[in-house]
Amino acid sequence: MSDTLTSGGANAGAGSSAGISPSTPTLTAEPRMSVRSVSKSYTSDRGVVKRVLASVSFNVAPEEFVAIVGPSGAGKTTLLRTIAGLMLPTSGEIFFDGDEVTGPPERLALVFQDYSRSLMPWMTIEKNVTLPLRRKKLSKDEQKRLAAEALSAVGLGDIGSHYPWQLSGGMQQRVAIARAIAYQPDALLMDEPFASVDAQTRSDLEDLILALKKQYGMTIVVVTHDIDEAVYMSDRVIVLSGSPTSVRQVVDVKLGGQRDQLVTKSLPEFVELRNTVLTAVRRPVGEPSP
Amino acid sequence: MSAETLGVRRSINARRLLLPFVGLIIPVIGVTAWWILSAQKPSFYFPSLATIWDRFVHTWLLGGATAEIWPTLSSLFLGYAAATLVGITLGVVFALLPSVNRFFAPLLEFVRAVPGLALIPLFVIALGVGIETKIGLVIFGAVWPILLNTVDGIRSQDLTIRDTVFSYRLRFRDRLFRVVLPSASPQIMAGMKVSLSISVIVVIATEMVVSINGIGNFLLKAQAGFDLTGMWSGLILMGIIGYLLNVIFELVERRVLRWHRAMYEGNRR
Ligand SMILES: Nc1ncnc2c1ncn2[C@@H]1O[C@H](COP(=O)(O)OP(=O)(O)O)[C@@H](O)[C@H]1O
Ligand SMILES: [Mg+2]
Repeated sequence: MSDTLTSGGANAGAGSSAGISPSTPTLTAEPRMSVRSVSKSYTSDRGVVKRVLASVSFNVAPEEFVAIVGPSGAGKTTLLRTIAGLMLPTSGEIFFDGDEVTGPPERLALVFQDYSRSLMPWMTIEKNVTLPLRRKKLSKDEQKRLAAEALSAVGLGDIGSHYPWQLSGGMQQRVAIARAIAYQPDALLMDEPFASVDAQTRSDLEDLILALKKQYGMTIVVVTHDIDEAVYMSDRVIVLSGSPTSVRQVVDVKLGGQRDQLVTKSLPEFVELRNTVLTAVRRPVGEPSP
Repeated sequence: MSAETLGVRRSINARRLLLPFVGLIIPVIGVTAWWILSAQKPSFYFPSLATIWDRFVHTWLLGGATAEIWPTLSSLFLGYAAATLVGITLGVVFALLPSVNRFFAPLLEFVRAVPGLALIPLFVIALGVGIETKIGLVIFGAVWPILLNTVDGIRSQDLTIRDTVFSYRLRFRDRLFRVVLPSASPQIMAGMKVSLSISVIVVIATEMVVSINGIGNFLLKAQAGFDLTGMWSGLILMGIIGYLLNVIFELVERRVLRWHRAMYEGNRR
């Protein structure tokens, strides 16, 4: 019962660092994103209805970093695609900057789980990065400058004339991130962005995202199945329950704005938060289920 | 075998130099054998290759019937270009507008089932015996592989690419020319290759039946006049034209699909 009511606030709970956040709305600014009682069902060709999301609600404040964790098949990708306006919820609403989402919002970018397939193999890296900029009123030079800036921001130098298939997986993912940054969105959604890169690249990319968030002041929502990663990167972890999915628990991560792979991950608070999230993820289905 | 492959890989230059000539071995042997055998016992139906060659040079290279080449090639090119344009355009419309597809698909299936050459009388009545009929029949014969491959290629587009296109709200023309068509280009090119052979067949066949000029017409007249040597020279000309068209097509394809080839080879490594 309590799960379905965690619809409200961003960082409202001030006291404990972990726990179910109260359903009071944020007192500060209007949320950047607001997911309100969203449910989503897929209907197969034979007419079988599969309920994936059951009344998911949460807000994301401007410049907040939210991590969403949940078992695989829980509907995390479904949730992200719905927030991104790529499909409509079966019921409920999503608001972005106060407007109801009925299609992809202009100020939002999405980084896909399948990064290697989200880049166009027939285009050079530069063309890939400038492709979304073509609808903005920018000169060719301006587009190229933005692309070069974004590529250097993600630590890729002079590779604009290469093709995606000439790069390693980690570099391709950086290009996908650079494309999103060059687009200058207010909010960035990422679907298991580092799931298929090696451990070293992964922690590099985690820090890269944290640095970019600071530099560009973006709101970021990341889906991940790595609990350490979720706690390390975010201001708040949203734990999803199994299917049909709803928000099981929201954990505030009060680790400050400065994160460091070694220092942060060895803090006792980090370990405690990580255990809280892990316990929430592992809680058997049906225990306190809606 | 893999060791051999490696060896060849290492000496890429040698491979580049030799590879085009490997394919020449069989033709050279064949032509030599033909030359020798036909010289020993020339018959009416199989004149010696030396005679045929002499005739080929005089007829096609030194002017005897050079004028017949142009009507054939021009209707071939115009028809093929139109078939490509129509095929890709209709393919895009059908693939992107499922309702149009549902509406017209049965009609198209029916029309497609009619053999192109059976329409010669109809086209002649409508368009006469000039270049228009040839072009019309080439379009009718060659449009289908391009159309169907375009639809297939666009339909099989990767879902992640589709999501990317929509989430970045690309303009329609960017979506079409920078994403949809390039991603379908391997299949479109495959269709265009089949259509090229069909176009050659349709042009020659049409010229044999209705035309007053062209290589097909020449072949028919040579056969009717029992000019077997002339007929053989025409066949050789058609072989050469077909071969050159294929070479040109492959050069273009190699350029257009460079990314596809490189990606495929990269993945296999
Ligand atoms: N387009 C679709 N049509 C039907 N079922 C789908 C579709 N996409 C996802 N599903 C189903 O919805 C469930 C959740 O999928 P997904 O959102 O990809 O989960 P996650 O990203 O958490 O692994 C899965 O059981 C999946 O089979
Ligand atoms: Mg997923």
